[in-house]
Amino acid sequence: MPEANQDISTEINQDLRSTVGPYFGEFGGRFVPESLIAALDQLEETYEAAKADPSFVLELAEWHRTYTGRPSIITEAPKFAALAGDIRVFLKREDLNHTGSHKINNVIGQALLAKRMGKTRIIAETGAGQHGVASATAAALFGLDCVVYMGEVDTERQALNVARMKLLGAEVIPVTTGTRTLKDAINEALRDWVANVDDTHYLLGTVAGPHPFPTMVRDFHSVIGNEARVQMLNEFGFLPDVVAACVGGGSNAIGIFHAFLDDPSVRLLGFEAAGEGVDTLRHAATMNKGRPGVLHGARSYMLQDEDGQTLDSHSISAGLDYPGVGPEHSWLKDLGRAEYRGITDHEAMDALRKLSRSEGIIPAIETAHALAGVLKLGKELAPGSSVLVNLSGRGDKDMETAARYFGLLDAEGSAK
Amino acid sequence: MTESKTEAILRANKSSGRGSLIGYFPVGYPTLEDSIEAAIAMCQSGIDVLELGIPYSDPVMDGPVIQAATLEALAHGFKLKQTFEAVKAITAAVDTPVLVMTYWNPVMQYGPERFAEDLKAAGGAGLITPDLIPDEANDWLNAAKKFDLDRVFLAAPTSNVARMSSACEKSQGFVYAVSTMGITGARNEVDSLAKEVVSKVRTASPEALTCVGIGISTADQVVEVNRYADGAIVGSAFVKAYAEGGLNSLKSKVSELAAGLSR
Repeated sequence: MPEANQDISTEINQDLRSTVGPYFGEFGGRFVPESLIAALDQLEETYEAAKADPSFVLELAEWHRTYTGRPSIITEAPKFAALAGDIRVFLKREDLNHTGSHKINNVIGQALLAKRMGKTRIIAETGAGQHGVASATAAALFGLDCVVYMGEVDTERQALNVARMKLLGAEVIPVTTGTRTLKDAINEALRDWVANVDDTHYLLGTVAGPHPFPTMVRDFHSVIGNEARVQMLNEFGFLPDVVAACVGGGSNAIGIFHAFLDDPSVRLLGFEAAGEGVDTLRHAATMNKGRPGVLHGARSYMLQDEDGQTLDSHSISAGLDYPGVGPEHSWLKDLGRAEYRGITDHEAMDALRKLSRSEGIIPAIETAHALAGVLKLGKELAPGSSVLVNLSGRGDKDMETAARYFGLLDAEGSAK
Repeated sequence: MTESKTEAILRANKSSGRGSLIGYFPVGYPTLEDSIEAAIAMCQSGIDVLELGIPYSDPVMDGPVIQAATLEALAHGFKLKQTFEAVKAITAAVDTPVLVMTYWNPVMQYGPERFAEDLKAAGGAGLITPDLIPDEANDWLNAAKKFDLDRVFLAAPTSNVARMSSACEKSQGFVYAVSTMGITGARNEVDSLAKEVVSKVRTASPEALTCVGIGISTADQVVEVNRYADGAIVGSAFVKAYAEGGLNSLKSKVSELAAGLSR
């Protein structure tokens, strides 16, 4: 296990891919009430046993083949790439998964584990609604009761996703405590879990939280990078020079990064939400403006004041509007293995429109942060460089935000 | 090992057959001055140990009553350093041990050793840490030992024997026996699980002191819990009394619950 402040050059030589929790360097751990430890132990044991059980591995792969729609394809985006410079851009199309984003990879895995543990009820938190929709979908598929906690603010700005979850049979509970966003939805889900661990599994939607969540959720999403690495080699004959993804909690980013951690020629770039700018108070640039602390059960970078009170985050994208980040990302940042940069609301929306018009693909606003990063990166990279982007979600859910942003609606909210 | 002040009081009350009442109040609620006044009044009205809670932005172990109070304290501009000011003022006025209840991040940001040093200097007795399990507590344990402060860890109905033993071994002051699987807040009945948790703690370590918290709000419950444990911890019921009827209401709630012990 690497120690903090150790020489980076020696760190990089080790096998990064094999690193598992509870700690990634000084990050991770279990900072939760004692009441939850037994449930986390049970989850860890169940997951370890499942991972080693060929029938579980096969079952998960079969659901992904016949339900999720895996493997997801790679689409080269030459016209978008031309807007960035003299580079090649490849999109890993997680937007084509069932439910429209990468979130389903983790949800199917954890729902199968919930069944293995004999739990009949799942709870989930959601910001933009993508993880809530994916959880409600898995609950319907596997016959589990489902309660989704969603900040009241988010239920208003993502009303359509609330309707989707309800249609799928889930109960959506608007969270009215604290800042009434994703952070408070997680607090409320943890409170529910403490009271109902006997029959309930907390289906956490990102690579944050107490061990084993960061490792387990990463493993379920690592299918993204594992597929993409083979696809790049088989279809194009080379590994990309850069792998890029957006980072909120960090699940899609770790999912595509993980397969490339031990390929030293591949640069890993995460793009977080700079909101209205990192020098304003309205951003979610955890890596660039935060410092290590404990939030939602793990030690990691987070936005906080000098007293350790969590600061409110802001992003036009509800899915990146989170003041924390998964511990493995904090470790990769401190090792220098991955770089994290901020993208403003405006830069993301500009990239969203550019991909839509150049390639006919409307990305989620979250994903558009990675695309905006690629547009800027084009000027830095050597001519002919290749960039693989995790196209983590489709933009359908964001049409209302986008329509307002681009002035496509009249005063009554109808299309102009 | 020498006995801490908290331990001495709990043991003396146990052997006299009275039992103990531990009362929670959030510092800075509704203002710093008000909270100091309320805490002193609680000590004078019959609590044996004070649990002074630090307001925190993400209190996952707390129910709606304490959440509302601590968020109000934060909205009124509570700063972490005021904790030491409050502890100093309270310990200057009364002799009751003051245990500070805090989530871990504020202490981590302040620096565990610096926090321990300042808490000791202010006259504080130690910390209750609801989201810090013994496994993650090395920094705090080193600091607490250096400044001879109590460290209260939690034991839950779901804790296995090894975890119970670890909580007993690492705790000083008492072990906080969580009465139920859930968050803070008054309940009509104190869960029968509480008795089981205490009995598991006693099995793990016959000498360990253990107090029961979560869900206790009546004099009868305080008496009942003291029959098998070393103290009853009351939080939300006191905060609710203060929120609804101010200082007088808080004082009479404390007197009412403490009176049960002298029956």
